[in-house]
Amino acid sequence: MAQWQPVLLANVHRPNSEKIDTYLRSGGYEALRKALKMTPEGIIAEVKASGLRGRGGAGFPTGVKWGFMPKDAPVKYLAINTDEGEPGTFKDRLIVERDPHSILEGVIIAAYAVGANRAFVYIRGEFFLGVKRWIKAISDAYQHGFLGKNILGSGFDLDVSVHRGAGAYICGEETAMIESLEGKRGVPRPKPPYPAQQGLWGKPTVVQNVETLTNIPHIILKGSQWYSSIGTEKSKGIKIFCVSGHVNRPGNFELPLGTPLKEIIYEHAGGVRKGRGIKAIIPGGASTPFITGDKVSTPMAFETLQAAGTALGTGAVIVMDETTDMVEVVRRITRFFVHESCGNCFPCRVGGHSMLMLLEKLAAHQGSMQDIEELEYLARGITGRTFCPMGTGMVEPVLSALRLFRPEFEERAAGHMSHSEQRR
Amino acid sequence: MKARNETRRPDGGAIVDPARQSMMLAALYVAQEQKGYLTKDAVRQVARRLGLTPGEVYSTASFYTLFRMEPVGRHVIQVCEGLSCYLNDGAERVVDYVSVKLGIQPGETTPDGRFTLETVQCLASCGTAPAMRVNDQLYENLTPASIDDILERLMGEV
Repeated sequence: MAQWQPVLLANVHRPNSEKIDTYLRSGGYEALRKALKMTPEGIIAEVKASGLRGRGGAGFPTGVKWGFMPKDAPVKYLAINTDEGEPGTFKDRLIVERDPHSILEGVIIAAYAVGANRAFVYIRGEFFLGVKRWIKAISDAYQHGFLGKNILGSGFDLDVSVHRGAGAYICGEETAMIESLEGKRGVPRPKPPYPAQQGLWGKPTVVQNVETLTNIPHIILKGSQWYSSIGTEKSKGIKIFCVSGHVNRPGNFELPLGTPLKEIIYEHAGGVRKGRGIKAIIPGGASTPFITGDKVSTPMAFETLQAAGTALGTGAVIVMDETTDMVEVVRRITRFFVHESCGNCFPCRVGGHSMLMLLEKLAAHQGSMQDIEELEYLARGITGRTFCPMGTGMVEPVLSALRLFRPEFEERAAGHMSHSEQRR
Repeated sequence: MKARNETRRPDGGAIVDPARQSMMLAALYVAQEQKGYLTKDAVRQVARRLGLTPGEVYSTASFYTLFRMEPVGRHVIQVCEGLSCYLNDGAERVVDYVSVKLGIQPGETTPDGRFTLETVQCLASCGTAPAMRVNDQLYENLTPASIDDILERLMGEV
């Protein structure tokens, strides 16, 4: 395959990349001009045909989501998810800080397509620079007539405002984000009703991730055929992969979906440090199951990762070399989820805490075989028994580690008989 | 419960202007700027402005880790304990290093009120790990030497 020339990240390394003049010079807001001459239905059809799926983790088809928005509702909203917090993921922060207009152009097109005249940026409270860059971008866009009343003479109005979160991973979940935008605790709502039916203040709302939105101007300008020709049969288009952990050159790499993990790790991220072998890889952020190093040829696409027992998630690849202590890795990830649990659902709140206590024991060489069994029992008990996907996200690392690296856990419990052995 | 009912219609809907309540987080940030944490008085003030009870404001504020209910030092050092920072010899190693330098444990403030040391979850700096934050500044690719520089500069500040 020929070397991929970045499209989404084409601007980020240019000097003054965050400024509107830089963006305009590289053809910025041309897609908006084109989109405003299309019908909203035409845009939705184009995005559907592109095969674009959400890049925030869930992978829901973007055009289909937009199509769920009722046409006749007088008030509709768009919310932009800049609450990037999935461990291993650092792509949205890069785009917000270095090329905010590429998101904003996607925002305006998306709002026009779904008929929203109000859009709300929800950004992680920790992203100080990102907040500044978002505000400056929005302010400059107003000055240039890309926001406000009668945008570029199209008769379409859009106002955008920025809301800072305050340190809660769960607010990246769309209904928790809506609660937080309303000024409440970020506790996810039961679905249905889905946000497209009843979202922010009960109005139809579309929530979209930053990376997803940056794809939109390119799809409008170059067409859905161009976009859907990239990637695999079931995973169309381009993706930003965040690579971290034991690699020589960690960073964000924009590549076609379906690029093998091997190419991403060894060619783009410079290979594993000290030439070591790979023990484990998290392919899509901390809530996706581990795969072992021998699966390194797996293409990074929705369907191939699913077949390998894991998921694309946010495309955040964390590489762990052969010296990695997997019990400690699982303990650390579990501690993250326990810390970030909103506390609403019992299995996540109490089950998560109980899993963490067992993992602490095992990590400290004080656990038993029975603890491993209980850990597995708890993890299975949490699966599918929570309102939001966080419960499942919390157990995936535990269950996959117990499946793939069980001997490491058992070593920690050595010298102790398992529960079943005691009964024998 | 009386006060709470005043903000709700019989069907449970909010009487308070929903757009006004959506200013909650922004208002709490402003309130927190005054003393570096949310005083009881600040919570009452926010409640009054938004037409809510102090309890409702406290309930929301306490959900979010960036809102503090206790005083902190002038410089709040937050060391990332995420997985990628751990894999890059950061996390606890950085915590321990700073801890020894400042003579405080995570969660503590130096007696002169200048530094507070905290651990935090992922800062979305996994590609530039190890990372830590001091107030609104993010520091990446940390080494013992760079941590020394950062701390010395902060100590030199009046």
